[in-house]
Amino acid sequence: MSVISTPNQFESPAKSHEPHEQHYLNHSKGFLSWALTLDHKRIGLMYMVLVLIALFLGGTFAMLLRTELIAPGPTLMADKAAAWNLYNHMFSLHGAVMVFLFIIPAVPAILGNFVLPMMLGAKDVAFPRLNLLSLYVYAFGAMFFLYVLLSGVIHAWTGTSLPGGFGLDTGWTFYTPYSSTKSMSGVIPATFGAFVLGFSSILTGVNFVSSIHTLRPKGMGWFDMPLFLWGLYATSIIQILATPVLAITLMLLITERAIGIGIFDPALGGDPVLYQHFFWFYSHPAVYIMILPAMGVISEIISTFSRRHIFGYTFIAYSSIAIALLGFLVWGHHMFTSGQSALANVLFSLITFSVAIPSAVKVFNWVTTMYKGSIRLQTPMLYAIGFIWMFSIGGLTGIFLAALSVDIHMHDTYFVVAHFHYVMVGSMLFAFIGGMNYWFPKMFGKMYNEKVAVFAAILLFIGFNLTFFIQFVAGSQGMPRRYATYPVQFVSHHFWSTIGAYVMGASLVIVLFNWVAALINGKKAPANPWGSNTLEWQSASPPPHDNFATAPVVTDPYYLDRWKFVSDEEGWVLTDEAKAALAAGAARTGRAH
Amino acid sequence: MSRVHAKFRAMVSGNPAEAAATDGDHGHHGGHHDGPHIVPVWLLAVVLIILLALTVFTVAVTLVDLGTFNIIVALGIAVIKSAFVVLYFMHLRWDSPFNSVVLMAALVFIGVFLAFALVDSSEYRPAVDAAVSTTK
Amino acid sequence: MSSITTNAGDSHGGGDGHDDGHDDGHHEHPPFLAHHFDTPEQQYTTGKLGMWVFLGTELLMFGGLFCAYAVYRNNHPEVFEYAHTYLNKWWGAVNTVVLLVSSFTMAWAVRAAQLGKKNQLSVLLALTLLGGAGFMIIKTIEYRDKWEHALFPGKFNVYNKNYTGTHTPGEGHGGIEHGANVQSPATDNAHGGGAPAGESAHDTGVGGKAVVKSANLMTGPEASPRSEGANTAPQGPAPGEHAEVIAQGKPTPGPANPVIYFDPNSLGAASDAAKIVPKAAGPAGLATDAVHAGEHGAHLAYADLANRDKVRINTFFSIYFLMTGLHGLHVVIGMGLIAWVLVKGTQGIFGPAYYTPVDLVGLYWHLVDLIWIFLFPLLYLIH
Repeated sequence: MSVISTPNQFESPAKSHEPHEQHYLNHSKGFLSWALTLDHKRIGLMYMVLVLIALFLGGTFAMLLRTELIAPGPTLMADKAAAWNLYNHMFSLHGAVMVFLFIIPAVPAILGNFVLPMMLGAKDVAFPRLNLLSLYVYAFGAMFFLYVLLSGVIHAWTGTSLPGGFGLDTGWTFYTPYSSTKSMSGVIPATFGAFVLGFSSILTGVNFVSSIHTLRPKGMGWFDMPLFLWGLYATSIIQILATPVLAITLMLLITERAIGIGIFDPALGGDPVLYQHFFWFYSHPAVYIMILPAMGVISEIISTFSRRHIFGYTFIAYSSIAIALLGFLVWGHHMFTSGQSALANVLFSLITFSVAIPSAVKVFNWVTTMYKGSIRLQTPMLYAIGFIWMFSIGGLTGIFLAALSVDIHMHDTYFVVAHFHYVMVGSMLFAFIGGMNYWFPKMFGKMYNEKVAVFAAILLFIGFNLTFFIQFVAGSQGMPRRYATYPVQFVSHHFWSTIGAYVMGASLVIVLFNWVAALINGKKAPANPWGSNTLEWQSASPPPHDNFATAPVVTDPYYLDRWKFVSDEEGWVLTDEAKAALAAGAARTGRAH
Repeated sequence: MSRVHAKFRAMVSGNPAEAAATDGDHGHHGGHHDGPHIVPVWLLAVVLIILLALTVFTVAVTLVDLGTFNIIVALGIAVIKSAFVVLYFMHLRWDSPFNSVVLMAALVFIGVFLAFALVDSSEYRPAVDAAVSTTK
Repeated sequence: MSSITTNAGDSHGGGDGHDDGHDDGHHEHPPFLAHHFDTPEQQYTTGKLGMWVFLGTELLMFGGLFCAYAVYRNNHPEVFEYAHTYLNKWWGAVNTVVLLVSSFTMAWAVRAAQLGKKNQLSVLLALTLLGGAGFMIIKTIEYRDKWEHALFPGKFNVYNKNYTGTHTPGEGHGGIEHGANVQSPATDNAHGGGAPAGESAHDTGVGGKAVVKSANLMTGPEASPRSEGANTAPQGPAPGEHAEVIAQGKPTPGPANPVIYFDPNSLGAASDAAKIVPKAAGPAGLATDAVHAGEHGAHLAYADLANRDKVRINTFFSIYFLMTGLHGLHVVIGMGLIAWVLVKGTQGIFGPAYYTPVDLVGLYWHLVDLIWIFLFPLLYLIH
């Protein structure tokens, strides 16, 4: 029987005696109540289902391509040409699905949608209908990738080609002129899908910027917000400014491929390097779209599980904005060997070094937050600590690559592959899963099995490092990326990397099953299982439809001493001093009426 | 510092009342009521006439060849016209200052993109020309 | 506090079926106020901010196209100088005026909504809509003109290497001023590079121009015998050369006579600028900036272009169509939005308390106008 969750004061008396409580999940029933919902929490959940499907789809491609690479020579198919061709499709689809369907939306669309309004003490985002539209636009864009997949499968099994091409073999970067002239794969449906997905991202960004600007309650100034919101705000800036350029890039690519406008094709007087400028102007800031919300999650987790106020709040807040803005000036570091001019090379290399500074600021602040803290190694904290470790490696290897002279050798090798997997998977995925575990009790009102979760976290950490650390070595020794086979000196590198990939895959399956099991018969979650002081924990788990039964009280989001731990069942509750302060009105109040 | 801080917070809060409170010279609201600013029709008409005049000017100036300045003049006139549209038709002159920040940010980043792309392509163009001209 | 909810109106708010009668009576929530906003002012400023942020994204999107334009024009100014003569700047100017006036009526309409003047609002919105329609009609006229000259983007463009249609390329004609005559460049050289009436000074020195140009273009050991000729129809590929057939007075190209515009062998001097020859009566020497070679009025002739640039003419048209097409799409979307607001306005729901939709639609329409303000000089007024 829940004692902690504040009863919904609008329930009829008869209802409050029943164990069944009203929250957003059972607030209304029926397919349409979900399909046409304006509730940001439900929208977040629907995103979660779609995005997790994308994660496992992309992961399947990863398993397949790593299986191909477990030994030199063709593995998945007997015929070399067929195996190499299949490999091209596998890595392209892995990249495209993971980037466009998983990483970019994951934290903002799932965790952001769910948590942002609650952290603001608000009832919803600024534009709820736009939010629903974002979801549908995402689903619509995903359809195109599904089509590409199906056409690839159909072509592989029956040899028939569906209109638009089959599969995708250009790499997720769709470089011209191969993608615009030679490739017979589904470039147009895939890029059109990415084009549509871009709008989902843009609309989410518009929504979040507006929400953070205008829905903050009285008493929550800019520098009183939780850092997760700063991360989402910086992300939204990037989504708004960068994604439209991707839209144009893909539109140009599609028209180039469809009717040969000649803008990127040298044979028609075009410039393929211009395509790369266009593409990376979005895609580099895109990686900051991936990491900034993750960093926001980490700030929340580190503070809560160290029982310490986050160290250097202002620095972390400003560094989020700095990363967002500086991230727009460095895209050419993906093009050092592409024929860019020497002047541009030097400029981009120099500016890229500067982007590391705000990221490092964050890492120092997190570590300092943990220092002399009362650290509780629960699952979200394990993911956060893993994040710090792997983000440091990923970030530092980024500096290696920022150095022009080094990048000339490392470009298009496994060193780059390892670098970006450390930041995208080792950092972002870890933060995402950590965040999911952190907010899982709030979202579903259930607790997952902690032991299984810890086991999966450790297994994932081991599997990930086994997969990718060795790729730094392989890359620095010359193993090129996107190659389906390799000479004998790389056999052990690839073998262990593939074993690591299988371990990773297994651990992710365990993570998922743990969540599903928790949904089915997890223990009831208290309102504040972790003792955090951000506003969402002042509501029941799961929250009512309008997020808060009584107006939340705004205090410093990292003022953790207000809470004391009672028991696993009751979680954390306000200390007597905190309650007295509330009664005395000493705390700043929430909404005005 | 705190006054600047307060102004920053007022500016980005999107709350016009807060902005008005911290912004001393922003008090008048068209002279009548306390609500949002309403543009007088004569002002809109004047702006339209200016815009039309600038359009005529921009076409007329093509009759004169100014060399490199052609494009600068053309773009300059376009910028002036857009400034009028943005400030008066789109009401930005009387709006929350943060909306202007949004517009400026978009323009700055377009500028960054254009600048780098133009500089880079200009830089490698001689290499491309040389390569093409020796192609057999 | 924030948990107290009231009915959300359906006109602007978020009615999601959350209608459990919680109107506690001592707080009025106007019907247009969404349930998650505290005050109408908050809703209004949020809407405005959201709209400006969205306009920012639209600007970035068009900015990408402007970047493509800028890079191409910077690298191949002669292509733009030549090809743009197919555009009629008078139609472009009329379109500019139409959009400016419609922006004026739109801004006035916002004012009318703020003052609750229902009829005035309807009239002004209708006028704005009319302006938009007028713009699209003129656009259609312009596009049809392009169609008649087979100047569509990509492989449907007569200048494109992969063109498989039957049209022959002509000179720039300045749009509505020319008749339906399409002439091959050979005969068109007499007519001049599409200059409007009064600039036939371009005609002089044509013959000499061709000779000089040929000498420039086709110097080098691989010079084809044709290069020596003065503006005569080509004899066909010289022995041992790439097949190069420039459609100068030749029979209709088609699959049997592939039109090839680019022969690497024909390139002599490394710089494009050297290939532009000023009018015989023009200033001595050559401007270093090829865009402004020669004096005003001396529009380039097709024959003046480097072979490499002939290949790129279709890029101009692709950029033209992409930019104006995307812009036209936004005009149509804007017209749809204005129509929606017009209908809503006739119901009398706009007034001093609530005029946000008119305001936001107005912002969108002004953006459409803004983009055209830049498109016009950049595409139509190149010289």
